Amino acid sequence: MWIGREGLPARCHRYQYQLPATGCERGKARASRGRRLGARGTAAAMPPKVPYKSRQGQGGQIGPVVKAVQSRTAKSTSKKRDEDASTEVGEGADEWTLSKTLLKPPDQLELTEAELKEEVTRILTANNPHAPQNIVRYSFKERAYKPISYVDQMAIHFSLDGNLLLRDSDEGRRQSAKIGLEPELAPVESTVIAVEEAEVKEEGSKEDIPAASAEEAGEGEEPPPHLMKEQKLTNQFNFCERASQTLNNPVRERACQMEPPPRATFSATANQWEIYDAYVEELQKLEKSKEKEKQKPLVAKKEDKLRGRKLTSLESQSDDVTKVTKAAKIVERMVNQNTFDDLAQDFKYFEDPADEYRDQEGTLLPLWKFQYDKAKRLAVTAICWNPKYKDLFAVGHGSYDFMKQSRGMLLLYTMKNPSFPEYIFSSESGIMCLDIHNDHPYLLVVGFYDGNVAIYNLKKLHSQPGYKSSAKSGKHTDPVWQVKWQKDDLDNNLNFFSISSDGRIVSWTLVKNELVHSDVIKLSVEGTTMEGPEGLQLQTIGCGTSFDFHKKIDYLFLVGTEEGKIYKCSKSYSSQFLDTFDAHHMAVDAVSWNPYHMKVFISCSSDWTVKIWDHTIKTPMFIFDLNSAVGDVAWAPYSSTIFAAVTTDGKAHVFDLSINKYEAICSQPVVAKKKNKITHVQFNPIYPIIIIGDDRGHVTCLKLSPNLRKMPKEKKGQEIQKGPEVEITKLDKLLNLVREPSNKPEK
Amino acid sequence: MLPNLFVVCFLQAEVEETLKRIQSQKGVQGIIVVNSEGIPIKSTVDNSTTVQYAGLMHSFIMKARSTVRDIDPQNDLTFLRIRSKKNEIMIAPGKSPSASGFQASC
Repeated sequence: MWIGREGLPARCHRYQYQLPATGCERGKARASRGRRLGARGTAAAMPPKVPYKSRQGQGGQIGPVVKAVQSRTAKSTSKKRDEDASTEVGEGADEWTLSKTLLKPPDQLELTEAELKEEVTRILTANNPHAPQNIVRYSFKERAYKPISYVDQMAIHFSLDGNLLLRDSDEGRRQSAKIGLEPELAPVESTVIAVEEAEVKEEGSKEDIPAASAEEAGEGEEPPPHLMKEQKLTNQFNFCERASQTLNNPVRERACQMEPPPRATFSATANQWEIYDAYVEELQKLEKSKEKEKQKPLVAKKEDKLRGRKLTSLESQSDDVTKVTKAAKIVERMVNQNTFDDLAQDFKYFEDPADEYRDQEGTLLPLWKFQYDKAKRLAVTAICWNPKYKDLFAVGHGSYDFMKQSRGMLLLYTMKNPSFPEYIFSSESGIMCLDIHNDHPYLLVVGFYDGNVAIYNLKKLHSQPGYKSSAKSGKHTDPVWQVKWQKDDLDNNLNFFSISSDGRIVSWTLVKNELVHSDVIKLSVEGTTMEGPEGLQLQTIGCGTSFDFHKKIDYLFLVGTEEGKIYKCSKSYSSQFLDTFDAHHMAVDAVSWNPYHMKVFISCSSDWTVKIWDHTIKTPMFIFDLNSAVGDVAWAPYSSTIFAAVTTDGKAHVFDLSINKYEAICSQPVVAKKKNKITHVQFNPIYPIIIIGDDRGHVTCLKLSPNLRKMPKEKKGQEIQKGPEVEITKLDKLLNLVREPSNKPEK
Repeated sequence: MLPNLFVVCFLQAEVEETLKRIQSQKGVQGIIVVNSEGIPIKSTVDNSTTVQYAGLMHSFIMKARSTVRDIDPQNDLTFLRIRSKKNEIMIAPGKSPSASGFQASC
């Protein structure tokens, strides 16, 4: 409802609803004024003062209003003019310029006074004229279209999305927190504004209250920002922030790159055994350093260092090579094991089953054959098993032929590698005998045909002997037939004995890297003193061919000579023999004490016999005739009644006195060709094998069949007796049988 | 100095001799010497076979050795034999170089 000024109700007349609002407004107002002041309407042509007055009161719209009632065209023109002019001043002007004639539109309704006075009420509602009034919606329930009860009447004339946020809302708080200063300023501003307002309003009570409230509000707002952020306290009243941008110097980067340190990738595993290896190395280093300290306390340190360096470098070089040698050796042995597989199996496992049926006989199973190219023409002159490594044995090569004397060789074979010797030493003179030290299994003593003796050290790889005697140092003048290691003397020097055809038994001692000799005994043939020229008494000297030391009684030893006699000697008596045995008719090739029985020894000779003696009795206990010159005889290490003998006709004989006192339980040709003479035989200390050397330079290894290694049978219910005592008693029994009151030698 | 050099040469010759002897044994088809990293140093067979054998053997040896030593660190591998229908491969692992030979089975 439009209400005119000063409370005058507006009255609407019948007229067209025209859109230009300004015009309508004025039009309506003019219409109402015109109606009231209809009396004055005719005074349209009144002087301008009247309209001027009316304008004063009501905006000067009477005059033209009156005109408007009567002449719409005038109004329209005036409206138009008004519109054109668009100023109140313009209205006034319209009045003046307007003509006083009334213009009626041609289609204006002709109404009577009464009709004109009729009041028509018009109600303005808030309905949206554009909203449809008959919207229907399909109802699935009633399966029909039904009109909606209420239609939305809102008409949006203008919408503008604002960008103001409520300060206390979440988003508002968030943003204010982000910005930070605004909450500071806001309360300040609000306080400022409030204070200003208070000042402006100049209402005493209101001043304080709004100011106070503003302040309170401001204070209330300040602590929360304090909590959120540290604020700088600014002047409440006239704070202003002033910033200035300084000149920023251009930034320059200066870097320096060095050579990266050399890097190496290191990777390793830490296993249990790697840790163990490390510890072992450490221990070895410590031990080495200790040894060095002990051995060379006085040597200058520099020298040591130099040597150390040299040694290490050489070691590293030699390490590579030696490691390959080791590996190569192992591979060689493996290959040989494969090649000689059946032999290895036989060696280990074969036991001749036929022995069960042959009670009194045994056989020798041939196993490997050892030979070396360069020693082909040389006869085997000595064999010796290594006391420590039971599969290693040493073979000495030389020649028994007086006419054909050439070089000699010393070879060491192992059963694990039958095709090639482990160690090879060559010498100028033929080797006649050798022995390996019990405690130092790397030391070999060798006797040469030219009378020299030498010690070879297996640890050192020189092909030359470590120590050698010479003419100056008292070598023999004739071939050395046997050498034997003795126990170390009081000064812990190595000591060995040698016997030779020149009749001397010499004891050699290794004193400070030199061989010192001392004659122990000179063998003199008893009862043969000749008178030489100028009345000299010459004694023929016997030729010693073999000797053997007693196992238990240290000073006691036996000597066999070329004349066939066996002398029982003592180390302490150098001129006289303890006893003499007229043993053989020809040279005594070997004598050997029984390993178990203290009194019994055996001897063999080229007179085809093997004799067993008790050293207290002058006559032999047993005599065996072998139909051929006996080269060597050896006791078995496992039994006191078993021994083996080899003859020049290529046969090996094994005797067991407990089984057969008269004959060999095994007589077997061992070497291939008949002209091959067997020269030596040795039993292996632990394995049931014997090695036989012949004069062609071959060494054959044979396995003893079970019958040949019989142990005394245990009677039922009796304990199994073991040990040397058993052997001794066994032999004693035999000897007692023999030692009948009648001292007939039995055949 | 001289004696030491001599010793080294001597050893070298000995190694050569040993390898020759192995090669001359009945049934031996070839020998390969390999260093600690598995690279063949010496071989009597052609290159491709050598490389193949060396490559295959190396990891096998390491595995075998570590097995033995893990069980007892004081123990160490002495040698390996791989027997197959047609032939047999024998490996002797040294501390660094190891030699392996292969032989036809009888």
